[in-house]
Amino acid sequence: MDGFEVFFVEKWPYLATVLMILIGLYGMVLKRNLVKKLIGMNIFQGAIILFFIIHGWKRGATVPVYDEAFGDLPANYVNPIPHGLMLTAIVVSVATTGVALALLSLIYKRFGTLEEDELLRELRAEPAGAPSSGEMASQREDVEGAEPDDGGQR
Amino acid sequence: MSGHFSAVFFVLALLAAIVALKVKDLLAAAVVLSLFSFLVALLYVSLGAVDVGFNESVLGAGVTGILFVIAIFNTRRRSRD
Repeated sequence: MDGFEVFFVEKWPYLATVLMILIGLYGMVLKRNLVKKLIGMNIFQGAIILFFIIHGWKRGATVPVYDEAFGDLPANYVNPIPHGLMLTAIVVSVATTGVALALLSLIYKRFGTLEEDELLRELRAEPAGAPSSGEMASQREDVEGAEPDDGGQR
Repeated sequence: MSGHFSAVFFVLALLAAIVALKVKDLLAAAVVLSLFSFLVALLYVSLGAVDVGFNESVLGAGVTGILFVIAIFNTRRRSRD
């Protein structure tokens, strides 16, 4: 019982982070709008980064920059290795979000909607494997556009 | 954790996460997501990770919000859930 109370008093940041991860997972799995799914993914990523930063924290420690008042003892400074790792993770998360948003605007141009159930309905309406008329038209345009260019080079 | 400030930021960040998923207007959801990123950045700074907090407040709250706003103006603003 004592260990239980100590766990809740000392480790509450971990529990709150797990709660944040669950909120992000709820957004990714149960929301039907694709932009909402992406917002859930962003919340998930923030929570994971927070989890690593909490791992590096120590009681009574300061920022990992040398300070005369804190001396040479490593125990007086926060562990900087998770910080370096998470610095990279933030940049990667921004790149992931940009690629996902580009894909979303392509999906919207092709199908005219971002709701998952409407998208699934349109995908089932099309015969599987056969390209739609719009796609075939764009492919034909590509071929026709490439041919005169080839002839000019020869 | 370092004092009561972290607890306040934690509760506010959790509330912002829930609101960002519940709002039906996607532009409002993007703004609340930026707010969430900024609160999490304050949390990083209060945990001693100054560099990570700086990076998150510039990239997470700034660039991600701009990307979301551009994408929402290219598509539809309303969401059904």
